Amino acid sequence: MKIIDIISCTLSILFIVFIIKLIRKGLLREEYSFIWISIASIFIFFSFYRKGLDTLGKALGFAYPPSLLFLVFLFGIIIFLVQLSIVNTKQHNQIKSLAQKIALLEKNIASKQDLNTK
Amino acid sequence: MVRIAIIIPCFNEEKSILQLHNELVKITQLSEIEIIPLFINDCSTDNSEKILKENKLNHINLPINLGIGGVIQCGLKYAYNESFDYAIQLDGDGQHPPSELYKIIDQLINTKNDLVIGSRYLDIKSFESTRLRRFGIAYFSWIIFILTRVKIKDCTSGFRGFSRKAMELALYHYPDEYPEPESILYFNRNKLLINEIPVIMRERENGASSINGWKSIYYMVKVTISILFNYIKFQKNENN
Repeated sequence: MKIIDIISCTLSILFIVFIIKLIRKGLLREEYSFIWISIASIFIFFSFYRKGLDTLGKALGFAYPPSLLFLVFLFGIIIFLVQLSIVNTKQHNQIKSLAQKIALLEKNIASKQDLNTK
Repeated sequence: MVRIAIIIPCFNEEKSILQLHNELVKITQLSEIEIIPLFINDCSTDNSEKILKENKLNHINLPINLGIGGVIQCGLKYAYNESFDYAIQLDGDGQHPPSELYKIIDQLINTKNDLVIGSRYLDIKSFESTRLRRFGIAYFSWIIFILTRVKIKDCTSGFRGFSRKAMELALYHYPDEYPEPESILYFNRNKLLINEIPVIMRERENGASSINGWKSIYYMVKVTISILFNYIKFQKNENN
């Protein structure tokens, strides 16, 4: 076993432990945990079975097999970022209408109190 | 009796609130129309909230800072729910003199226009703004004209009156950032009648324009994109 194997295996295992801890503490919603666990599993799989990466990369015509990993992950990350922007936009709109609703309710209560004191 | 809400967005306008309120009261107290000013405090960091509270002015406090689009939408929701007949947006920084209100009210009541824009360009007496600003506004007017065939010269003016129809549309959607040019397109695509009338504006007394330097470039790009997307969105809806 080469040093690089040990490093990559350790890092992938630490990563998956970290994700599991986050989920247990409720800091990560399940739908995101699914994505992160799959990513971590792919990492672990290829850290233990490095030949697989070489075979797969060669079969697909990559001159340098590990770049297959980069390509897949970069693409995945971009898609995931777009997904996060969508979530962000949705939450922005929800927060906006909540804030307006609170403000209008407060106004309503205040004017009712005014009527009572008069 | 016709009831009109005057929506006044306030973000750190402690210096001009009282003066504006007094001016409004002076002008509106003799009127046959019920005109009710509504200050909307967009989470000001100065004493705006205290001033509004102590003087018992009709106001709404937003719990978080929403920016001008969210503020106006909140005001329009209020006016709609409280069954006001019309709502008028008037900036809190003293740029829009309350004495000009009646020009807009007159248009709202006597014509069938749903959105009445107080324009500083249809009148010579109004103050001249910088060249860059004029260019930006002319550019937006041009885009809006190309897409809608509606000629609005001062499409960034925040001095505008809304009918109930316009308020109702704003319940569902109102642009967030720099909403003025985009909202013209939104209202036009929903078949509202839009008209522009000349008003006299003052140089702002307190506070600076939110748009300058690099921000103006961002502003131009952002508004252009959102206008175009709005156009495409409605185009699609119409075809369905």
